[in-house]
Amino acid sequence: MARDDFIIRIGGDTAIGGVISTGENFATAAARIGFHTFTFRTYPSEIKGGHAWFQVRISNRPVYSLGDGCDILIAFDQEAYELHRKDLNESGVLIYDSDLVQPEPDGSLVRYGVRFQNIARHELEFVRGTNVLVLGVMAGLFGLPPTALEEMVKTRYKRRADLMEKNIQALRHGYEYTKKIQKEDKYWLGTADHMARLIMSGNDAITAGALHAGCRYFAGYPITPASDILETMASQLPRFGGVCLQAEDEMAAIASVIGASYAGTKAMTATSGPGFSLMTELLGLAAMAEIPIVIVDAQRSGPSTGMPTKLEQSDLFHALYAGHGDLPRIVLAPASVQNCFRVTVLAFGLAEKYQCPVILLSDQSLSQRTETISTVDTDVFPVVERVRPNGTDPESYLRYKVTENGVSPMAIPGLDPHTYVAPGLEHDERGHPRLSSEVHETMTAKRFRKLEAARKEIDNEELCPRYGPEKADLGIIGWGATQGSIREAVDRALGEGLQVAAMHPRVLNPLPAERLSEFVSSVKHVLVPEVNYQGQFAHHLAATLGVRPIRLNKISGLPFTPGEIHGKIKEVLAHA
Amino acid sequence: MPDGTKVVGTREAEVLTIKEYKSGDKPVWCPGCGDFGVLSATYKALASLQLQRKDVVVVSGIGCSSRTPYFMSTFGFHGVHGRSLPIATGMKLANPALTVLAMGGDGDLMSIGAGHFPHAAARNVDITCVMMDNQTYGLTKAQASPTSFMGHKSKSTPYGVVAKPMAPVLFALANGATYVARGYSAKPNDLTDLLVQGVKHPGFSFIHVQSPCAEFLNTYDYYDEHIEELPPDWNRHDLKAAIALALSEEKVHLGVFYEEERPIFSKAVREFEPERKQFDLATYLERFS
Repeated sequence: MARDDFIIRIGGDTAIGGVISTGENFATAAARIGFHTFTFRTYPSEIKGGHAWFQVRISNRPVYSLGDGCDILIAFDQEAYELHRKDLNESGVLIYDSDLVQPEPDGSLVRYGVRFQNIARHELEFVRGTNVLVLGVMAGLFGLPPTALEEMVKTRYKRRADLMEKNIQALRHGYEYTKKIQKEDKYWLGTADHMARLIMSGNDAITAGALHAGCRYFAGYPITPASDILETMASQLPRFGGVCLQAEDEMAAIASVIGASYAGTKAMTATSGPGFSLMTELLGLAAMAEIPIVIVDAQRSGPSTGMPTKLEQSDLFHALYAGHGDLPRIVLAPASVQNCFRVTVLAFGLAEKYQCPVILLSDQSLSQRTETISTVDTDVFPVVERVRPNGTDPESYLRYKVTENGVSPMAIPGLDPHTYVAPGLEHDERGHPRLSSEVHETMTAKRFRKLEAARKEIDNEELCPRYGPEKADLGIIGWGATQGSIREAVDRALGEGLQVAAMHPRVLNPLPAERLSEFVSSVKHVLVPEVNYQGQFAHHLAATLGVRPIRLNKISGLPFTPGEIHGKIKEVLAHA
Repeated sequence: MPDGTKVVGTREAEVLTIKEYKSGDKPVWCPGCGDFGVLSATYKALASLQLQRKDVVVVSGIGCSSRTPYFMSTFGFHGVHGRSLPIATGMKLANPALTVLAMGGDGDLMSIGAGHFPHAAARNVDITCVMMDNQTYGLTKAQASPTSFMGHKSKSTPYGVVAKPMAPVLFALANGATYVARGYSAKPNDLTDLLVQGVKHPGFSFIHVQSPCAEFLNTYDYYDEHIEELPPDWNRHDLKAAIALALSEEKVHLGVFYEEERPIFSKAVREFEPERKQFDLATYLERFS
């Protein structure tokens, strides 16, 4: 029986080029005619050269994770073969350039050797067409209509008729070539439903969410894997009356975001760990002066420069605790590409409402992978505007008035006559320096009351969904981009008769303590899988809820697969 | 997002007096501090320009001079050490109609925040940067600063400063500031004039003010002796001459060293797309289908 949910992985040296784009084009073409796709990419942090790989999981049913291993490996070179051979699943398929790759004899694999480069060079006389030739072969072997790919080539080269012609020729050549191949594998795409879907990356969804939420000022400094947010903002914001600044460093980026927000414009910056380290100083200022700002941290691996192109969930401590003194901040973590949109809208809503910094934690895999999504939802989280001192007397205006929920009306220069000074110093209700113990106690409590108000708002099913049965032997609490793998693992375990449930909060500070406590008391054991060494979320849960979770940590620079989590579930329940 | 151009000299029915720019808070500076002169000149300049208090933001960093916003009745931002220029940049880009002044000391602008200065100047952000230079760290009590004289002995440099002092006017000229002037806090009327011109100037204005610290490094006698007005026929549009003078001056020249008109950042970024549209999510998402 044909398998219509499978994973194609493509590996090769970036010096040859086209590894990522070949995979991306295949995924996009498939998504455009209605297949569900979930991609993953990892590439070297080199200027040119080094091994890169890309994979796409493709199905005519929704897919939520990158899946386990790969079913089809396309090896552009020997290194790709050697690196990924072990990940090929049972009855896997190896497609390779037979001039460049010498696979070992292996009866368990279906192998198709094609002289890709040679054909491109001598038959097509178009070396750069190798990638498109591979695409044609993939389409022919696995049942993707070639017209979908042709449409893409036509769009891409619409201004280069000569290249368009050559690429279409290469594509057709590859497709025709497969008619000569005896198909021995079982992978064949089902019927696409031709439903219109969006194919977006996490960063695309974050940017769209920010624009929808009314963000009209962005400043950033180039850094992997957040640079494309800066690039998109640079091209898009001017169209909608906004401004994007490429700042001289990350301190300047966040400082200008604070300035823009003070001046009445919703503002955001995006960075990764090293940049966020530099921003820490200004995080305290935004908290102290109560300025709404949104900071995206697309996490990457390791301290210092670390592994810039690999993912990790190791900035959680930094997001939760960065900065000296007691400073309130809200920390959010979207769980999928679709979730990136709404969580970004929520980030602006919470920032504007509670006038504090909001940190949105993405990671390299979530920021840069693409998913097909049916639509983005705009009805769950409304666009929020900050509260202003409308109608009150400017002479008696208190910018930092002590209120029940800690929120005080914020005047906007140029629009409101209620002038005030935004202070980094401890201050009285007017905003003027006052360093007495009473004032510091009162104002610190005021600033933190905003977090308690925010917690009540976010401690709900929408932002802390539960998955699986109401009572379970094992409860998994995850955060961020691990959601898909956790859910697939839970499904497999439930299928085996194991009692497993999962919870995945989107807000990590303040934690939805009520829902989490309820969840913890409904399960016998708690497992926290996360892509970091220290068990940062497990530590946070232990500190907040008093639980002692079982930890599952991974720091290979790669995401959890459903199989790894499923394996841990079985291990825990076998010893429970 | 607010839009418009800088409001300069809009006279409304009500005439604002100097007093109305004062917040009522008494400055916390030591007796004899040069910053009193700068503050007084700032009040006068705003009154002379008749700027509405709600349209003015005074941004500062950390240091004695950076306390200035609290003494003003305009909008203000007392930020963190060294970041006044990027904060001011964000404000001006968000709302170009605001008059934004970044005020701070030599430590703020030439040391911890020196990395921001050339970029604000090169971008030609339309703000007025006033540097109150007392050549010492007054707030932390008398350590050496980036503009301290060579050989200056202080608590942090007991053997004397080895580094060459930073040259703020030269730095501003070299990095593309489009209005560069120097004033002296003991000459507040002349300083008022420099401030008025600086605020009116479309682009990044830099005013270097010698503002002595009466407590830790009293340089009044030095400056009374060394200051000299720029020659009356000084051509303020000659960059090379301005740089040559800033490089070689033995006297401390007061006046406008240089002025030019260059595209303004906050204006240029608004002209990238002459036809601005309302954001429509459905239209925006089409690119992903």
